[in-house]
Parts: sequence; C-alpha cells; structure tokens
Amino acid sequence: MSKGRFGAHGGQYIPETLMNAVIELEEAYDFYKNDPAFNAELSALLNDYAGRPSLLYYAEKMTKDLGGAKIYLKREDLNHTGAHKINNVLGQTLLAKKMGKTRVIAETGAGQHGVATATAAALMGLECEIFMGEEDTRRQALNVYKMRLLGAKVHAVTSGTATLKDAVSETMREWTNRVADTHYVLGSVMGPHPFPTIVRDFQAVISKEIKQQMLEKEGRLPDVVFACVGGGSNAIGAFYHFINDKSVYLIGCEAAGRGVGTPETAATIGTGKPGIFHGMQSYFCQDEYGQIAPVYSISAGLDYPGIGPEHADLHDRGRAKYAAVTDDEAVDAFEYLSRTEGIIPAIESAHAVAYAMRLAPLMSGDKLFVINLSGRGDKDCAAIARYRGEELSE
Amino acid sequence: MSDIKKAFEKNKAFIAFLTCGDPDLETSAQLIAAIAEAGADVIELGIPFSDPTAEGPVIQGANLRALSQGVTAEKVFALVRTVRQTVFVPLVFMTYANVVFSYGTERFLKTAAEAGMDGLILPDVPFEEKADFAAACKRHGLDFISLIAPTSKARIAMIAQEAEGFIYCVSSLGVTGVRGEITSNIDGMVQLVREVTDTPVAVGFGISTPEQAKTMAQKADGVIVGSAIVKLIAEHGKNAAPYVAEYVRAMKQTVLQAE
Repeated sequence: MSKGRFGAHGGQYIPETLMNAVIELEEAYDFYKNDPAFNAELSALLNDYAGRPSLLYYAEKMTKDLGGAKIYLKREDLNHTGAHKINNVLGQTLLAKKMGKTRVIAETGAGQHGVATATAAALMGLECEIFMGEEDTRRQALNVYKMRLLGAKVHAVTSGTATLKDAVSETMREWTNRVADTHYVLGSVMGPHPFPTIVRDFQAVISKEIKQQMLEKEGRLPDVVFACVGGGSNAIGAFYHFINDKSVYLIGCEAAGRGVGTPETAATIGTGKPGIFHGMQSYFCQDEYGQIAPVYSISAGLDYPGIGPEHADLHDRGRAKYAAVTDDEAVDAFEYLSRTEGIIPAIESAHAVAYAMRLAPLMSGDKLFVINLSGRGDKDCAAIARYRGEELSE
Repeated sequence: MSDIKKAFEKNKAFIAFLTCGDPDLETSAQLIAAIAEAGADVIELGIPFSDPTAEGPVIQGANLRALSQGVTAEKVFALVRTVRQTVFVPLVFMTYANVVFSYGTERFLKTAAEAGMDGLILPDVPFEEKADFAAACKRHGLDFISLIAPTSKARIAMIAQEAEGFIYCVSSLGVTGVRGEITSNIDGMVQLVREVTDTPVAVGFGISTPEQAKTMAQKADGVIVGSAIVKLIAEHGKNAAPYVAEYVRAMKQTVLQAE
C-alpha cells in the first residue's frame, strides 16, 4: 500500500491527520501535471516572472585558471528571488490555488525558500506564514525582513536546535493544526509522498535546460554535473534529465561542516544511516538509538540531518556520487568565484563549486563540467565576513 | 482476545500516558506503579524521541528532559522488566517510527514482548505504512494500535477494519496538548468505527478536566490523558507520584460515571 518509493526510500510517514491532505494533493497534482492550461500558466510564470530559462555560462577564466575541465555554470542565481527555489514555489503555489487553498505555510533554512514562497504568495494573493529556526533568523536577518516586506508572517522556531530541521517539524505541526484551507509548500525533495516527486518535477526544468543548452553550445552532453545537496532539490533538478544518460557523472556535494570526522557536520550520506523521519524513509544523521543528530554547517540551507529519498536511492544504486565539502573549502570557493568570475555564489552553491575546483585540474581539457549555481551569495556576505574575522554593519 | 481489548470489557477505560525517564527512570517506575494502583486500565509509555512531530510543547519538553538523562530504548526495556513484577495492566509503547526502525523493528518488538509489553503506537506511521510494524507486532503478540483523526472521514472504515487492541481517536486537529474545548464530531467518528468493528475506541488529545473526560467517555469506550499528567510530573518532579495518583483516581471515577 505504501506509495512514493524510490527503492527502499520514501513513503508517507506522517500523522493520520495529514493523510487525506497528501492524498488530495497527489490527486490534484496527477490531474494538473497533464493539464495543458496549468502547464501554459506555469511556463508563463517561469519565463516572464522568474526569468527562465536561466543562462548556461562558460566560465572561461575559471577554466583557464584551474587548467583542466571546461567549466560551465548553470545560473540559477539569476532567477527572480536569487535561487532555484522559485521554480518549485511557483509550481506549488499555482497548484495550491487551483486546489482552492487560500493560505500557504513553509519552512525555511537560509531564507531563500521562505522568500520565494512569500514572493509567490504575494503574487497570487495567498496568505503566507513562514517557519524559520531562531538561530537561522539571526544568521539570515535580511531574508526575514524581506519575507515581512512581502507580506508574510515569520515565526521564529525555538524548539530543538532552532534550525531547518525544527522549522520543518514546526511547519508539519502547524499543518496538522490547520489543514483544510492550507497548503504546505515544502521546499525540498523530501517529506512524505507526493512532495519528493512534485518538487523534483518542478525543479527538473534545470536539467532539461542544461541538456538543451549544452547540446547547442558543445554538441554533446556534459561529463559531470555538480550540485550542492541539503534536502537535495537543486541537485535533483540538475540531475533528473541525465539519470538515464549513463555517461554523465552526477555528483552531489554535501556540507561536511568542520569535517565528516567531527560531530559538527551535516553530511548525511557521508555520516548518516537509514532511518524514518519527516515523512520519509531515507538516510539521516542520527545516534545509535535513532535520535536525530544535531547537525552543523556554515550554510543554513544545507544544515539538515536528512536527504531526499530519491537521492538516497541514487546513492544506493551508485548512479550518483555524494562527496563532502567542508566550511573552509566552501568559503574559499565563495571567494574564488567572486574574484575570478565576478559572480558571488550562495554559500550552499559554493560547496559544489569547491568540489568541482578539486576535480577540474585532474581532468583533460575535453571534459565538460556543469556546476549548478543554485543561488546568489548576497545573503551570505555578512556571515562570510564574520568567518574571516570581519564585522559588517549594514 | 488481547489483554488490551479485555481492559475495555468491564467498563469505560481510562488510559494514562507518561514519558519514560521524565524526570528520571526511577521516578517513572514509581509513577507507573502509582498510576496502575490508582485505577488506570491501560498505561502508555512514551519512549523519548529527539523530534516528536506530533507533540505539543508539554510532551516535547518531557522528551527533551528524558533524553538529557540519557534514556534509550534499552533503558526503557529494563524499566518495563522492573515494573512488570508489580504492574499487571496492559502497557503500550508510544514512540516514533525511527526509534523502532533504528533498533531493528523485529528485534525491538521481540525485546518489547519479552519485557512484557502489550502494544505499540507510532503516530508517524499511518495505515499505508503500517505493514512492517504491524507484522512484527503480530509475530510477537503485541497489538499495533491505529489512529483515526477528525480529517480521516472515509478512511475510518478501512483503518477500523484492521485495527487491533483499541482505536486511538484523535479528538482534534493539531498536536497533543491541553485544549479548552473539543469541537470535533466524535459521535460521528465512533459511529463510522462501529459500522465495521467492535474494537473499542478511546479518545485522546486535549483532554484534561473531569468534565471533558466524562463527555468523551460517554461518546466512546475510553479516554486517553497525556499532557495533563506530564504537566503534573513537570511541576512536581521526583515527588510527582502521589499527585499523579490522585489525579488518575479522580479521572477514573468520572470516566466510570459515564456509563
């Protein structure tokens, strides 16, 4: 009877109170995903409002400097609201509206998903409430202001570790509290079925475009696609249309924090084991008794103890590789890309940049790399300055 | 017939909940004995979980206090073995899927059965995901308790048909915790259960006062009280047993009046 499985992973581990809501969501999605009018409306939003298609940019200076693989950047940072999150949010809020919902709620870590949800809610005239770990509201104060400016109510979550994991728990609690008129805009390819599939489908536009753009520019598929992975929505978006192209290496870059050998890490595939949490079976950072571990990363968006079930399955099947990148490496990459290409990446995306920088010099010049630059780094400047011992005042 | 189902046979049942290891395991042992002595018909033993997504702030707090004491499934099994020497009412574990799954579902239920447990409640395992857990429960003679909620509607018949022990009727939307009033149509939910099974129904979530307990017991076969008891334990700490016993005795009396 279990639905939404990716190999052993996925499923619907949620309170009974929410079951009819996810069933209703699945039925609505199954209808609208094949509805030409819905798809036309969503395409118009993505193109005219969010600025798609996003550019595939040849990073010539970086390529020459690293002296190996030819590097392209998929510029999701140029989307409206500054990250890939808007792809999913426009899809889900449009779906919520079609379903007659008048209110949306969402969790957010770095604040990008919260800002994107508040943006779409403003555009579509939906009431909006965002749940964000108190710790993250401090790390990402500017995004909190933006959400309020966009008309959303922001709740600082103080339970547990007061980060992304607790924001997800609190949003789920709120959904059980008020479900009839409310849609939960889950921000990543995680949670109970059908969310991992819905979010994947809305993010798959990234790999669809990469494929087309690469064929236009190089006449062939890329050799390696890199993306950072927390829950894994930008990564699955960048991987999806290449999963059946066996020649394309797919590499997800997890946040190692201070290192996978330390307790201060968020590398789920690197340090986690199978578990059931937040609606899904997948890999989770946890202790030997199944207590979810407090995780750490400099990046609020990757600071999550789990990973989406489809990634867990891609890992089990060996179809995608998952590598761990430390805070130090990510900060170096953040600064490197800024200086070399004049592009300030989100600290999340900098994890993917860092790993590509490690591999590129080892490759010959005919190898094609694509790094999914999932977001822009304006939001991170104060935190990175602090990391380097410099206090900024706005 | 399982011991849990039997506990509903004589009269309306009162089911008490506490989190094991809050404030410590020794006090939990005293509390379990006191609650049984005070007339509870079934006792739910919470095994703490780091992220109890179905709980309100009161039981979240109890989970944190217990975990800060280093409480593990292993230590809770030891607690059950100890209390089983003097407590004979049915005992039901209430925890989250990952606590069972990470221990090894089969090994967890085998150990639970040997320790003397009678049932298992997992609020994050709905009907669609119960197969592995329910099968392991069955192999070891435990009842896998199913929940129905005010949003369940047409799902109630499907859930009730396969229900074991008792059916946990979630009284209200939202998470666990004391509520001023319960507005859901409990009569309607119980009616839908009755159409397919004689498995007893107990109402939980938000019940704290004798009046609420009496009203709910009139509509169903029993009531479940968690947060109100956990609140007393939080207030009185290691000395909570007599206060909790007094509360349980009073609640049981009003539930009995609801015949």
